[in-house]
Amino acid sequence: MATTLRINGKSHQVDLPDDVPLLWVLRDEVGLTGTKYGCGVAACGACTVHIDGEAVRSCQVALSDVWGDITTIEGLGTPDAMAAIQQAWVAQQVAQCGYCQSGQIMQAASLLAANPAPSDAEIDEAMQGNLCRCGTYPRIRAAIHAAAKQMQGA
Amino acid sequence: MASIGKIARRSFLIGSAAIAGGVAFGAYAVSRPAPNPLDPGKGEAALNPFVLIDQKGITLFAPRAEMGQGVKTSWAALIAEELDVELDQVRVLHGPAAKAYYNSAFMADALPGKGYDTSNFKHSVGEALGHLGKVLNLHGTGGSTSMKDGFKRMRHAGATARETLKQAAADRLGLSRGQLSTAKGAVIAPDGTLIPYTDLAMEAAKLVPVEADLRPSNEWRLIGKSQPRLDMVEKSTGTAEFGIDVRLPGMKFAALRMNPRQGGGMKRFDAAAAAAMPGVEKVIGMGAGVAVVASNTWLAMQAVEAIEVDWGDAPYPPETDQIFARIAEAFDDAPNSVLRDDGDADQLPVGATELTADYQVPYLAHATMEPMNATALLQVGKLTVWCGNQMPTFTRSKCAAEAGLDSEQVDIRTTYLGGGFGRRAEFDYAVFATRAAKALPGVPVQLTWSREEDMRHDMYRPGALARMRGAVKDGSAVLMDGKVAAASPTEQAMKRLADFTPAGPDKVHVEGFFNSPYAIPNYRMAGHISDLQIPVGFWRSVGNSFNAFFVESFIDEMAHAAGTDPLEFRLDLARREWEPAAGVLEAVKEMSGWTGATPDGAGRGVALCYSFGTPVAEVIEVVEENGSIRIAKAWIACDMGQVIDPEIVKAQMFGGMAYGLSAACFGEITFADGAAEQGNFPDYDALRMRTMPKTEVHVLETQAHMGGAGEPGTPPAAPALANALFDLTGKRARRLPLMHEFDLMV
Repeated sequence: MATTLRINGKSHQVDLPDDVPLLWVLRDEVGLTGTKYGCGVAACGACTVHIDGEAVRSCQVALSDVWGDITTIEGLGTPDAMAAIQQAWVAQQVAQCGYCQSGQIMQAASLLAANPAPSDAEIDEAMQGNLCRCGTYPRIRAAIHAAAKQMQGA
Repeated sequence: MASIGKIARRSFLIGSAAIAGGVAFGAYAVSRPAPNPLDPGKGEAALNPFVLIDQKGITLFAPRAEMGQGVKTSWAALIAEELDVELDQVRVLHGPAAKAYYNSAFMADALPGKGYDTSNFKHSVGEALGHLGKVLNLHGTGGSTSMKDGFKRMRHAGATARETLKQAAADRLGLSRGQLSTAKGAVIAPDGTLIPYTDLAMEAAKLVPVEADLRPSNEWRLIGKSQPRLDMVEKSTGTAEFGIDVRLPGMKFAALRMNPRQGGGMKRFDAAAAAAMPGVEKVIGMGAGVAVVASNTWLAMQAVEAIEVDWGDAPYPPETDQIFARIAEAFDDAPNSVLRDDGDADQLPVGATELTADYQVPYLAHATMEPMNATALLQVGKLTVWCGNQMPTFTRSKCAAEAGLDSEQVDIRTTYLGGGFGRRAEFDYAVFATRAAKALPGVPVQLTWSREEDMRHDMYRPGALARMRGAVKDGSAVLMDGKVAAASPTEQAMKRLADFTPAGPDKVHVEGFFNSPYAIPNYRMAGHISDLQIPVGFWRSVGNSFNAFFVESFIDEMAHAAGTDPLEFRLDLARREWEPAAGVLEAVKEMSGWTGATPDGAGRGVALCYSFGTPVAEVIEVVEENGSIRIAKAWIACDMGQVIDPEIVKAQMFGGMAYGLSAACFGEITFADGAAEQGNFPDYDALRMRTMPKTEVHVLETQAHMGGAGEPGTPPAAPALANALFDLTGKRARRLPLMHEFDLMV
């Protein structure tokens, strides 16, 4: 049953039943724990990753249904080489408990890839599925705007 | 660094201690103001390691749970302020569970009194009483206490370490300590030579630590200024380690299923089908439930759901209406507390207009983003437990009891908390992981609760009822007579933690009820404790979370009955009682441009609550938009006296408000057949990006005593919103959540 996944530019052999959600493949099999479990029903966005650049809820994608290359928060940037959006997150001091932020950042990164200068309303629309119980939304919005500016200037 | 745990477990280190290649500094007892009946003797002063220096670097210990409130950064800043190190030069660790890390501020709030009326004398008694926290082994985080607790103690820890390092340098150079200065982790000789602390650690370890006075505030480099949070890069790159992220060699993953009728027990279970499912390694009877250990959490979750279980009945009335009928029965009993009884509340003052109103709020789940989980490894004579938790010493003793070990044989590793809000002041998740690990000795077992398991097995914010009676005359309040009925989180939590039932008035049950900073001449507030076995616990701001809704909604009703603007009505009552409370009202009045009038299609409400030593006022603006109501704007003003980190405080204020607004709009746990009906975010939603108001926060610093930040933003949120909805619609909300009576935007 071994499946080959391409994750953050590397190939991984995974031997798990077909119906195991990608989230749990990443966390418990591959050891990439930056992607979080929050609800298991696509209601919180904490598990958001990219498949071929598209933001998806990894708790809803079965292993056998993965259709492309996967990028997780670990593949977006590292503490020593953060992506522009991660730098904006740090500059705006967004995180509180921080648990939802991987998903927030992956969702925001996909928004900015599609729309380099989103309005407040467009940010609201794109980020509506990402829950934060600490209420960091004002700073998430500020960070998305700041990242957009920086990425356009670059 | 292997010796860190050992040092921390020795609670009464004297001075400093040599460690492998370096030195650990203690925090010296603060000299207390003179009238101090409970001053611990000299030998009793807790000399705890908070600063550890070896040749490799400088490590500071912030043994408070980092659950989003920024305590890792602000606690370290207090030490670094006097130690003369920069925050980017140091490593900050949580440290092990240790009596030495007791919270000196927990107990201070237990003193009788309204809080804001605390005199300097009482304040110092409270500080001294706080040291009972040491005796009671209260290593914990909660009650918005961290900065109150650490403000002096941690600066002393830093100052002592700095002066001792200077003494080591003075001895080496043949100079006097006074000729030396310090900056950025180094001692500076008169000729400008820098000697790094790391180079002095071995010599400093041999010295008797040198105490020093604390610097005056005008010399502070870090306190009062916002610092880049030390956890921000990790939390922005997915590298922060939460409990659920702990990975160990050979680790197995487990899922849990406990009786949804909490406390109901389990009659029998049949795991034949589950045992044959993919990846399953073991099925474990957990007492009132079952667990499955597998190679993957999801496989474990699937299998645990496949177990056939025959559950016992709930030890409480099974339906919501019956539960609230039981809560109401408490009104017939003598009150547990009447902590305010001014004037004569029985007599209606001559010429006054009387009004009454009843209110109801539901049970609430904490719903931390990270579901409950813990990882445990049982080895011969040793247990290690990894988890985010707010109470390491209690967690340790409970896990020790579960494993049949002494506390000394248990090592608690506290990770980041993916939200706490009071839920992680409990220890059930750590004990369950220990129970699962007992079935697989030598194997690390991570037990993760599903979201549904988490939401249906909470120690909820209790459902509560209030019966309010008041009177107004000449535009002001002349009487307030209130009764609240609810189960007691403190009573239940103390029973769980220490098998101890506290006697006397339960202050937490009525906080935010009896101690509103309003001058009302006839003023009586009673607390009635309901006897119900539904688990309840500490939910961000605890009693204030429901009491502020009752009092501040009713004050609004009184203002309207008096024909006075609701903000001016409060301002007048606050001015006559306590200036800082009036100050935060003045601030939100100015920030929001409050005139008392709003345009068609908009409504505004205001609320004030004094909690955890901090008065907070909030103004909420709602607007009608496309047929539904949107929370558009919010203004918050708080006054906690000395602020350590203003941006962290602002984040706690708007975050605390968001937590309160989420509950006010959408939060409720209801019961059917003894089980919570809500299990996941689709039926227990919260504010999201689109529904979060644009918010402005103003932080005042006029108060004499330091207040808390983590919780006080929450209580005014619900009443300010309900009052705004009344302003917009003319409909008074006397029941939460508001989504049942108002068409709120989602």
